[in-house]
Amino acid sequence: MTIRATHEIHKRRFSRNLGVGVTLVAFIVLVFGLTIAKVQSGGTIQAYDHTYRPALLPQDD
Amino acid sequence: MSDIRADIDTATVPAEPGFGDYVVLLKPRVMSLVVFTALAGLLVAPVSLHPVEALAAVIFIALGAGASGALNMWWDADIDRVMRRTARRPIPAGRVEPGEALGLGLALSGIAVVMLGLATNLLAAGLLAFTIFFYAVVYSMWLKRSTPQNIVIGGAAGAFPPMIGWAAVTGSVGIEAWLMFALIFMWTPPHFWALALFMKEDYSNARVPMLTVTHGRRVTRAHVLAYTVALVPVAIAAGFTSIGGPVYLAAAVVMNALFLRGAWAIWRRSEAQAEADGYRTEKQVFKLSLYYLFVHFSALMVEAALRATNAYALIGFGG
Repeated sequence: MTIRATHEIHKRRFSRNLGVGVTLVAFIVLVFGLTIAKVQSGGTIQAYDHTYRPALLPQDD
Repeated sequence: MSDIRADIDTATVPAEPGFGDYVVLLKPRVMSLVVFTALAGLLVAPVSLHPVEALAAVIFIALGAGASGALNMWWDADIDRVMRRTARRPIPAGRVEPGEALGLGLALSGIAVVMLGLATNLLAAGLLAFTIFFYAVVYSMWLKRSTPQNIVIGGAAGAFPPMIGWAAVTGSVGIEAWLMFALIFMWTPPHFWALALFMKEDYSNARVPMLTVTHGRRVTRAHVLAYTVALVPVAIAAGFTSIGGPVYLAAAVVMNALFLRGAWAIWRRSEAQAEADGYRTEKQVFKLSLYYLFVHFSALMVEAALRATNAYALIGFGG
């Protein structure tokens, strides 16, 4: 008895795996793009760099 | 004993769904309408989002709508099995297990709400969560099988996307967002009941109390007219807010006059007249209702483009 290499069930399984794979890659790309967009629109990112920097404190007018 | 058996009953083999079966669970045609109206809500807002954030917002709003579609198919599998139009959906056809649809719906709901919150703001995420809850629980589980007004109240779920789009950009919900919501909310009943008049579904076998079955077709015709009359001021009012303008108003006046004329014609017809010409008027009004929503939201986006390009100021209109 010969065993057929591909069957309808294999095609459906392949389409499912491919679809899930493409969806996950698209999701990763979207989250990466969102991260870039958020960082770009977040203004200058500064920290205290382990030293006291009065310039970063809110100024009283 | 051999490992290979030829007598396995194929009916007992678990379903092996393709990717397309999962896509069908998300009701892609409904999702396309959601994408369109949510995009309109995003674009007509007075401020703008970064394009990637806007893209993400539309995707996650659509995903949330798809998730509620999967939950609806899970809950309504027994009805879908009975009705001819829905009998070939993945669950009644045996291609997807009910538990899988429930899992997919819940997982995608969570992902869509959390991601929309991260991409935009908590108000938009909260509105999306409420929309999913409203469609899956309030409409599907409760109202659909208990009242002939199911279409009216359930229509609210379909009306939220432009409001969510607006909230994603502005972080608030203004009168413009409410009017876009009201436009879809008031449009849904005449749109659906025009369809129900000529698509004679076997709702009574499925025990779904549709207005055409519970109150008769004469009452349904009156309802189509009544809701269309109530829809007109909502559609026109949007033209006098910050999202409206002459292009929108011209489009709204024409479309509402046509829709009103169609609803009037439906109301005046008897069932015998309708059967004689194969429900010609009802089919025309249903088709017109599809254009109605498309034209209104397109006109709103045209207005947004004209404002963004300062076109009105260039031609000396509106100061």
